[in-house]
Amino acid sequence: MVEAPKRIKAIKFGLLPPDIIRKMSVTAIVTADTYDEDGAPIDGGLMDKKLGSIEPGQRCPVCGNTMGECPGHFGHLELARPVIHVGFVKLIHSLLKATCHSCGRVLIPQKDVERYLRLLRKLQAKWPALARRLNEDLLKKALKTTTCPHCKAKQYKIKLEKPTTFYEERKEGVRKLTPIEVRERLEKIPDADVKLLGLDPEGARPEWMVCTVLPIPPVTVRPSIFLESGIRAEDDLTHKLADIVRINERLRENIEAGAPELIIEDLWDLLQYHVTTYFDNEVPGIPPAKHRSGRPLRTLAQRLKGKEGRFRGHLSGKRVDFSARTVISPDPNISINEVGVPVEVAKILTVPEKVTPWNMEELRKLILNGPYKWPGANYIIRPDGRRIDLRFVKDRKALAETITVGYTVERHLRDGDIVLFNRQPSLHRMSIMAHRVKILPGKTFRLNLAVCPPYNADFDGDEMNLHVPQSIEARGEARTLMLVQTQILSPRYGGPIIGALQDYISGAYLLTLKSTLLTKEEVAELLTIGKYEGEIPEPAILSPKEYWTGKQIFSLFLPKDFSFINKTSTCIKCETCFYETCPYDAYLVIVKGQLVTGVLDKKAIGAQVTESMLHRLIKEYGEDYARKFLDNVFRVFLRYIEKHGFTMKLDDVIVPEEAIKEVENILKEAERRVYELIDEFKKGELEPIPGRTLEETLELRIMEVLADARDKAGEIATKYLKRTNHAYVMAMTGARGNILNLTQMSATLGQQSVRGQRIVRGYTKRTLPHFKAEDLGPAPKGFVYGSFSRGLSPVEMFFHAAGGREGLVDTAVRTSQSGYMQRRLINALQDLKVEYDGTVRLPEGHIVQFRYGEDGADPSRTDHGKAVNVDRIIQKILSSEA
Amino acid sequence: MASQKLLEKKIKKIEKLLPKSIINELLAKLKDLDISEDKLNKIIKEVVKEYRYVEVDPGEAVGTVAAQSIGEPSTQMTLRTFHYAGVRELNVTLGLPRLIEIVDARREPSTPIMTVYLDEEHRYDKTKAIEMARKIEYTTIENVAKTIDVDLLTSSIIIVLDKEMMKDKGVTLEQIIKALERLKIGKITIEEEQIRISIPQQEAEGIVKISKLNKLREKVTNARIKGLKGVKRAIVQKKGNEYVIITDGSNFSNVLSIKGVDHRRTITNDIHEIEKVLGIEAARIAIVNEIMKVLEDQGLDVDIRHILLIADMMTRTGRVRQVGRHGVSGEKPSVLARAAFEVTVKHLLEGAARGEIDELKGITENVIVGQIIPLGTGIVELYMKPSFSKKSESK
Repeated sequence: MVEAPKRIKAIKFGLLPPDIIRKMSVTAIVTADTYDEDGAPIDGGLMDKKLGSIEPGQRCPVCGNTMGECPGHFGHLELARPVIHVGFVKLIHSLLKATCHSCGRVLIPQKDVERYLRLLRKLQAKWPALARRLNEDLLKKALKTTTCPHCKAKQYKIKLEKPTTFYEERKEGVRKLTPIEVRERLEKIPDADVKLLGLDPEGARPEWMVCTVLPIPPVTVRPSIFLESGIRAEDDLTHKLADIVRINERLRENIEAGAPELIIEDLWDLLQYHVTTYFDNEVPGIPPAKHRSGRPLRTLAQRLKGKEGRFRGHLSGKRVDFSARTVISPDPNISINEVGVPVEVAKILTVPEKVTPWNMEELRKLILNGPYKWPGANYIIRPDGRRIDLRFVKDRKALAETITVGYTVERHLRDGDIVLFNRQPSLHRMSIMAHRVKILPGKTFRLNLAVCPPYNADFDGDEMNLHVPQSIEARGEARTLMLVQTQILSPRYGGPIIGALQDYISGAYLLTLKSTLLTKEEVAELLTIGKYEGEIPEPAILSPKEYWTGKQIFSLFLPKDFSFINKTSTCIKCETCFYETCPYDAYLVIVKGQLVTGVLDKKAIGAQVTESMLHRLIKEYGEDYARKFLDNVFRVFLRYIEKHGFTMKLDDVIVPEEAIKEVENILKEAERRVYELIDEFKKGELEPIPGRTLEETLELRIMEVLADARDKAGEIATKYLKRTNHAYVMAMTGARGNILNLTQMSATLGQQSVRGQRIVRGYTKRTLPHFKAEDLGPAPKGFVYGSFSRGLSPVEMFFHAAGGREGLVDTAVRTSQSGYMQRRLINALQDLKVEYDGTVRLPEGHIVQFRYGEDGADPSRTDHGKAVNVDRIIQKILSSEA
Repeated sequence: MASQKLLEKKIKKIEKLLPKSIINELLAKLKDLDISEDKLNKIIKEVVKEYRYVEVDPGEAVGTVAAQSIGEPSTQMTLRTFHYAGVRELNVTLGLPRLIEIVDARREPSTPIMTVYLDEEHRYDKTKAIEMARKIEYTTIENVAKTIDVDLLTSSIIIVLDKEMMKDKGVTLEQIIKALERLKIGKITIEEEQIRISIPQQEAEGIVKISKLNKLREKVTNARIKGLKGVKRAIVQKKGNEYVIITDGSNFSNVLSIKGVDHRRTITNDIHEIEKVLGIEAARIAIVNEIMKVLEDQGLDVDIRHILLIADMMTRTGRVRQVGRHGVSGEKPSVLARAAFEVTVKHLLEGAARGEIDELKGITENVIVGQIIPLGTGIVELYMKPSFSKKSESK
């Protein structure tokens, strides 16, 4: 019953011989006119009906199909005189040079010919690349020979004048070789010699590279379009073909009329030009053929080439149905493997569902609902393959009753369906993941915030695509291989790419703070939101009121046998570290599912952080546990931060008066030091750094001093910031921002740079007219004393903008460069795969690695690159009861 | 510890199941552990089980994953070419430009640099290291001359030496004279601060032509006194407890043969030079190290397996090939795959003339014709016959 699908095994490339062109032709083209006065296509014209059916309702006179089914049929054009195919001029040139003009043999002695033929056959079987090298060497060898070893004829130099004219340099003088002569010479080359030069004589006789007949492509590849004004506009190819046919006719008439050789020759050249530009309209050395409007024509080569060409635009990348695109927005209440889909979208995207006795009733209901009411259905496919469009069915009730086993219903997308979700640029495999559908009101796709890092998505207007797999196999593969939880661990570094970010981290930190005490009501709320099922533990404080700590609440969500120890990023780097007994709660200690000390931060639960608590949890308890943890516990963090309240205000970055004084003093001191250095430089006392000029040395030293000053200023400023300050909390826990950002807001912006140097451009010897010429001090070279909170002076603002602009330019340039590099890498490596024997091979079977990565480990399953974490296993076994 | 023999016996049993690196780690870590046989068994069983899980699945598209794993983080790299990588004196290309340079397999890196390690004798002594650096640094007359003039009257070239530069570069007068003598262009006389080279007059011409004198002056200017060609600068640096020489410019084959150089550790960042001098295996490792260096410098975490695969693809033919049109991609056996990458028309015409056959084994080819790609779940070529399963059931 089920047949194995047909497969194309191989495709052979070759040239079309003239007789085949004639045989496959349905009509000879004899006139350049396309339509007669009535608008009907002319027989023997370029739009001949036999060339294919392009109008709706019209039946093709050749195959009987209507538009859409008729593939189109080739015609042919007999050229009055042969012309050279531009794509092969170089080849023709070397063939002419490598063979004898009188006997047609290769310029290699007969006994070598035989020997090389044998060698070539062997090489082609085993080492195609080497066979190619041999061909090249033989060609070189033949080119060097000046007398034919077969007939002893002396060889003349043959010159190619680009693009398509050949000249022969005889003693008598330089003579032009007409395409007829070229063709005659190519005809004379025997098959065996053609083989030696690397061509395939069966599929590509050299004389076929000089065209005597042109195949006329079917109209289906060059359809005319109707403009709004009702005027018919022809395709570029049709225009070009019309030129060819026109000139060809004129040439034929002139030849038949016995016109002077000069006129014939001119027409011949013109025909050559048109045929050349028909093949390729970007040949160097000749003007490209233009449309009436002056736009160059898009002829055969242009149709294939480049990003929007046939290959990259239509064959390597294809358009699909069953897809949707809209703006994305966040929803922390859905699971990480869900995607919120608007009802409007769900009513258009469909899933084909086969009717079975078990789903028949349900599907009938869907049919009753019809295409405009969700959940409904859009189409019914009968067992004979006919589609019924429910939009045009009057009596759906009657229709619903008719469905039986064997029917297929294309029903609306509904909760639980598997879809693929994608955000461009698709830089890695986590850019397309499978989600379960959740139909929600609204007009945007909703996604959980934890999946932002793998998609690199944010919500400033990003759009994403959604695809609905249509076959059972596709859905099955999507579910087992592409579902979000299967992609938590990145193959790039063997760690979680999905994890907490921004408010999740702040929330987790605040919840696990030592000072966090929760009332019974609060605990109940948090545990409900986290879908906790179980007992509430003993409160940490019993009197005067019952209080639970945040750590207690978090611990409830941990597996009972989980232990973990790590330093947190809130560590203030004391001189002597107390490790597990850190008095500042900066050491995360989890023993048997109990968070004993420490706070949660980016290092513990953050996305793209390896060897963190989250990483350990995912590795040891599996992806489904991980999904639930990410769904439920993260929701608790968010609920807590909502209850706690978390904002950043101006006061957070404003430091007291004395701090500003201190910062000013530091900057003043730095400025003094810079002018000291300049003085030393002027007096010639500055000690140069080996290998650098004195000027470079001065620059380097000044930059050091200023960078140091900014760091010091930052230290002062952060010293005055409280640890409960929300801006500071974010920077400290890694939720958002860093200490440098805080410095720039509260103390000083510091040195602005362009190309890693202090700002130099502007007026002669100075950046702006506000400064003295040749002043090398901090301010004239772009040092910004001001901070974001106190404001920048106009000049400072200018320098800051200069530095900011560089960043923008940098990003723009970088994306194009790295994009191209990635395209090349992918193209070079995409064919590699692991075979059943564990080797990495190319499709031809060549081994690239005997064992993938030397240990055969899949990076996404490794523990941050380690195939097996022996330490962890030993520790686990040792700590377990004997 | 008493169970050392037991341990070895146990490990021997599973040796074939695990890669060597894990076996060694197990041996090293269990050696000093005093545990019961039961626990030992458990540990070994757990390790084998874990490894079984970690092994790659057949059909895994390791190439694509490798390419993505390097391409994706490269969008986050800085574009800045110049960076002071510990060496304040030298500019080093890092970041995206350097990465592109490596996968492009450029003939010469934009900033060629050698790290020259020294042997036991010179390693710990700064003055000895400096001496070595001077030996390596390419020095010409120009470097030590204040002025080089042409005296038309006497048809001679006059060099005024810069004593300070001579001291800095460690050049003696004898060395300069020797270098000039090697040129064999005239008689050399020393006059106080300057050196005079008298050009002998050629009989036929009478007087020496000015153009010829200028040409000779050029020759004198560029005359090599000592050092290796291409090494513009050599700087001594402390690295750990030893001194190493960092050079601006690379001349790997010659630096290895200098006495006092530790040829086992000395390295250059020019991959083609490594290939030429040490062979293709060394070039492969050099590619891996250079890419890892770039990524680490940018603070990007990429599994080494991906880079190994790229290096293997670049070097598998025995020479270093570029990732791109003139290398790996351009040498694919499939016409369609080449045409779909770059220079479409050329590959199609060539394929036609050569009568090439596309076997449709690669990925792009099968995408083009609309077939299932031979990767991942697509490598399975098994079909179930529903009637067969029915028969076996009834039996």
